[in-house]
Amino acid sequence: MNEVQRSEAFYAHVSTGGKVEADDWMADDYRAAVLKFVEMHANSELMGVLPERDWILRAPNLRRKLALTSKIQDEVGHAQLLYRVAEDLGKSRDAMLADLLAGKTKFHNVFHYPTRSWADVGIIAWLVDAAAIVSQQALRDSSYAPYARTMKKICWEESVHIMHGRDVVLTLMTGTDRQRELVQEALNRWWGPLMQMHGPPTDPATDRDLIWQIKSKGNEQLRQEFLSIYVPRIWELGLTIPDPELRHDEATGRWHYTEPDWDELRSVVTGHGPMSQERLEFRRFHRAETQWVRDAVLGAAA
Amino acid sequence: MADRVWEVFRQEAEGDPFIHGGSVNAPDEELAMHYAREFYGRRQESVRLWVVPREAIVELDDPDLLQPPFDRSFKRPGGYLIKHKLEAARERAGSPGGGEPEGEA
Repeated sequence: MNEVQRSEAFYAHVSTGGKVEADDWMADDYRAAVLKFVEMHANSELMGVLPERDWILRAPNLRRKLALTSKIQDEVGHAQLLYRVAEDLGKSRDAMLADLLAGKTKFHNVFHYPTRSWADVGIIAWLVDAAAIVSQQALRDSSYAPYARTMKKICWEESVHIMHGRDVVLTLMTGTDRQRELVQEALNRWWGPLMQMHGPPTDPATDRDLIWQIKSKGNEQLRQEFLSIYVPRIWELGLTIPDPELRHDEATGRWHYTEPDWDELRSVVTGHGPMSQERLEFRRFHRAETQWVRDAVLGAAA
Repeated sequence: MADRVWEVFRQEAEGDPFIHGGSVNAPDEELAMHYAREFYGRRQESVRLWVVPREAIVELDDPDLLQPPFDRSFKRPGGYLIKHKLEAARERAGSPGGGEPEGEA
């Protein structure tokens, strides 16, 4: 079997539900596509803790502080698990961190925005994690088996975060008028980024991540699933979703909404969001500050 | 000091089989243990972990050896369909029948 036939057989395998293990032979462009996908996911987990980190010292009580700290520990753990999956595809962790800090690789749009109040922490843990889990659950079927298995573990942990976030929101929504306003204001801030989060619809005929089943569901399908589950849960609390066009079309079974601002999405994920540079600078600072720890640990083990 | 890859297997309860959890990257056994505990034991989800250097694992995935295209049903309980034979045997023996045929779910 020559290289071309081997690649053809490989594409046929992954396109029809076949799985790939780390040590299996794989086509170079498939390897590159999985690496890019997993690396971006890992970057997002690592950068995603920074908006929440700001609130550890300001959490309203000890239990909330413990829960938030634990969530942050989980998310950094997810980054570690995902960098491990990516490393097996041929790029070192050092190289991935260097590219992230140099702004050469991306992380999810929602982690480029500021958090203004404790209600933002609730909305992030509830709705950002919910939007994330919708896509992560679909990744449990990924053709790249080590990624799929890691997603099973991550989804299990994320389900705790969503409950934590929903509990924070419910507590505020059963509190004073001002607390309820804080939640509404946070929802107003986060709705746009949430609607952009899954990305613009792609053409299933040309989306290689879909064809090779690296991911099993398209962007628009994920957004529709998110809306179906969470819009009713938001409305039932008396919150207003800041989109006058948002409605469920009974005839088509689909959610109708104002077209998300894709220019904003592109601008934000390429490092031009309100907090992009500050967060990257924070990571660069800490990477340098903790160099002595890595030197000591790796030196001692030598 | 080069990192090594360590595969982590976890047991959820005493007596359960060990299942593969994932892998960690660490320069030595001690750090591999710490990482494994952090990633696969922090939530009380494991009672025991096995941490094994990846290169110690010997893999066999040859389908000619593991999934040969021959009928191997004689090696499995489901390969023996005795329902009708048992009925016939009972009839010849004049037994009342009604007992469950062994080995059939």
